[in-house]
Amino acid sequence: MCAQIAACPACAVAPSAEDIARMSEAVEARIMLSLPQIHCAACISAVERELSRTAGVNSARVNLTLKRVSIEAEPDKTAGDMTAVLAAIGYEAHELDAGTLRATETDKRGRELLMRLAVAGFAMMNVMMLSVAIWSGAQETTRELFHWVSAAIALPAIAFSAQPFFRSAWGMLKVRHLNMDVPISLAILLASAMSFYEVTQGGKHAYFDAALSLTFFLLLGRYLDHRTRAIARSAAEELAALEVPRAERLNGENVETIAIAELAVGDLVRVKPGGRMPVDGVVIDGQSELDRSLLTGETVPVFAGFDTVVSAGEVNLTGPLTVRVTAAGEDTSLHRMADLVAMAESSKNRYTSLADKAAGIYAPGVHLLALLAFVGWLIVSGGDIRLSLNIAVAVLIITCPCALGLAVPAVTTAASGRLFRKGMLIKDATALERLAEVDTVVFDKTGTLTQGQPKLTNLDEFTRSDLEIALALAEASAHPLAVSLSNAATSAGFKPAKLVDLREVPGYGVEGRWKGKPVRLGRAAWVGAQAGPQTATYLQIGNASPMAFTFNDRLREGATEAIAALRAQGMSLVLISGDAPAAVKDMADRLGFDDWTSEALPQDKAARIKALSDAGAKVLMVGDGLNDTAALTAAHVSISPATALDAARVASDIVLLGNDMSPMADATVIARKATRRILENFGIAAGYNMIAVPIALLGFATPLVAALAMSASSITVSLNALRLR
Amino acid sequence: MGVIVYLIPISLFLGGMGLIAFFWTVKTKQYEDPEGDAQRILSDEWDDKPRPEE
Repeated sequence: MCAQIAACPACAVAPSAEDIARMSEAVEARIMLSLPQIHCAACISAVERELSRTAGVNSARVNLTLKRVSIEAEPDKTAGDMTAVLAAIGYEAHELDAGTLRATETDKRGRELLMRLAVAGFAMMNVMMLSVAIWSGAQETTRELFHWVSAAIALPAIAFSAQPFFRSAWGMLKVRHLNMDVPISLAILLASAMSFYEVTQGGKHAYFDAALSLTFFLLLGRYLDHRTRAIARSAAEELAALEVPRAERLNGENVETIAIAELAVGDLVRVKPGGRMPVDGVVIDGQSELDRSLLTGETVPVFAGFDTVVSAGEVNLTGPLTVRVTAAGEDTSLHRMADLVAMAESSKNRYTSLADKAAGIYAPGVHLLALLAFVGWLIVSGGDIRLSLNIAVAVLIITCPCALGLAVPAVTTAASGRLFRKGMLIKDATALERLAEVDTVVFDKTGTLTQGQPKLTNLDEFTRSDLEIALALAEASAHPLAVSLSNAATSAGFKPAKLVDLREVPGYGVEGRWKGKPVRLGRAAWVGAQAGPQTATYLQIGNASPMAFTFNDRLREGATEAIAALRAQGMSLVLISGDAPAAVKDMADRLGFDDWTSEALPQDKAARIKALSDAGAKVLMVGDGLNDTAALTAAHVSISPATALDAARVASDIVLLGNDMSPMADATVIARKATRRILENFGIAAGYNMIAVPIALLGFATPLVAALAMSASSITVSLNALRLR
Repeated sequence: MGVIVYLIPISLFLGGMGLIAFFWTVKTKQYEDPEGDAQRILSDEWDDKPRPEE
């Protein structure tokens, strides 16, 4: 999807397709940007005009549906240049990693399905039209002519459209298994062959319309299913593509920006404040503080200086660091965590979806029934193979799971669409069904229930002059605690005091002089204070004893509501965090968790979930950190916020796209509703079969009955799915 | 009734044209950006002269 330039009706389309082919061969930089704000025709023109005017840009094309722009530029242009150009005209832009967006291949499958669907639909309508004439009583030569025309349309159409079923059924038969596609293929093939034979014999009944409408409705189900997954995949890819894997390598005096994959052990890497460690390594120059919350769940930043060992995924906070790489790529601690994930025995792998369960009962049943009909009529009619085969085919066609094929995709399409609008991305096909069974919810604290943004808690314990000094010091730093302190003080109406000699000491804090006295704001050890259990920064004025500004983590928006709603639904709630006991207890008290665990290691989390599952609970795990990935995999179903590390998002079934957590409670309700609709749909399909199968078995089924049963059941099932909206 | 001998092929031919036209729209990727195309037609930027080929 990324590389294509959609054709507009106004311009010649064929040449533009050629252009694309030419462009991809040329040595040009293709830059993809995400533009979250564009929404109208004026935005498209503004962005494209501005980019085309920029020197070095060959072409720019906006895709409004995906809110992206793809730019063909000279090789020396970088995404940073383009973002700056767009920022100047007021559009926020984020670089997307073009390599991560590989949607083109999957989209080819979607287009292929759409073509097969179109052919099946076209052929079905034409054959149906001819069939109506036959049902209304066309006789002799007219009937035969219509049958021949039907055959001429239906046979090639089926040969083209039904290929996905044939291929899947053949693949299954080769490994001696039965799936839904086996009875489907058998019904389509037998019906076409039988009808063709009947036509050559001048027979009365031909099932071409039934075979075609079976193909059409089942393809429709496949297509809906594919589209839902494609949307989810492309949104998930976009999340991953927003994290461009780049690092700054020191090459003698020069700094070069390269892809993380190119880093080797022994390279020197520079990590700017605010940047994430791309690799495992040892600090050889610089001082700073590191936020390890994504790896361990600790909220208190740790000091980093010469010889500190750093791991991939940690965030550098205050000063630039130079790191010597000790492990890159697959060997980093980020990847080692994957082993833990693989070890976490997943209940998902053992989960059988409702559709598979239905197929398991259904597929053998249909074959048996058709065979019984054939043998039974063979005996009754005294060896009339043609009649017996006709009835067996009628049974196959009528029982064939048109409605069953639509039952699940129609519901999941409706439910995923509804959840997507609420900001939840369903990544896994069976996630909804599993979510519906959940009775226990396990939360991670840091970054999941909290936003990882500290909030000052004791503003009113300080005098005006102290606060004004603290504000002046805090404004000099980009450290999260300093930013939070200055925001809190500014919004409370304080003005910064006049300080001189203000400077930030990376890794320690900020210092300056106020009325001749030295003032410092920073880590406990630096100002000579005892570090308390809570996250805090310390202010020292002159030689007075230091004062602590304490912080707690800001709750994620909607967390309180989500937890209240989940509790009202009767779920048992558990909090497991890697953070210190004081911080976890505070959070548990604020949200009313009775069951909480602190200082949990990644394996502890996974073990706890395993214990809960073994005790019979269906666990929903909500987490974002690397330390949660094993637990996310071990749980029955899992959710992670969009801010989570890529590894955690990959491990989870559902991604929360927005910052707000409240849709979570709706999700469980919608999931339960969706599962109920799926079961209802199976009921409807079974009900139709219960009426139609005896008719077919007794030999009263005509192509008209088959067409009626098939369309009526498909439409009822689709309408029932739409009730979910 | 003899007329249907002509009418059926003609109707199939016309329907087939529609099917081929649909194939063409899919092949030339005209469904990549439905929202954008709906909005672009409202823009008057290239009303006077066509967009220059690059």
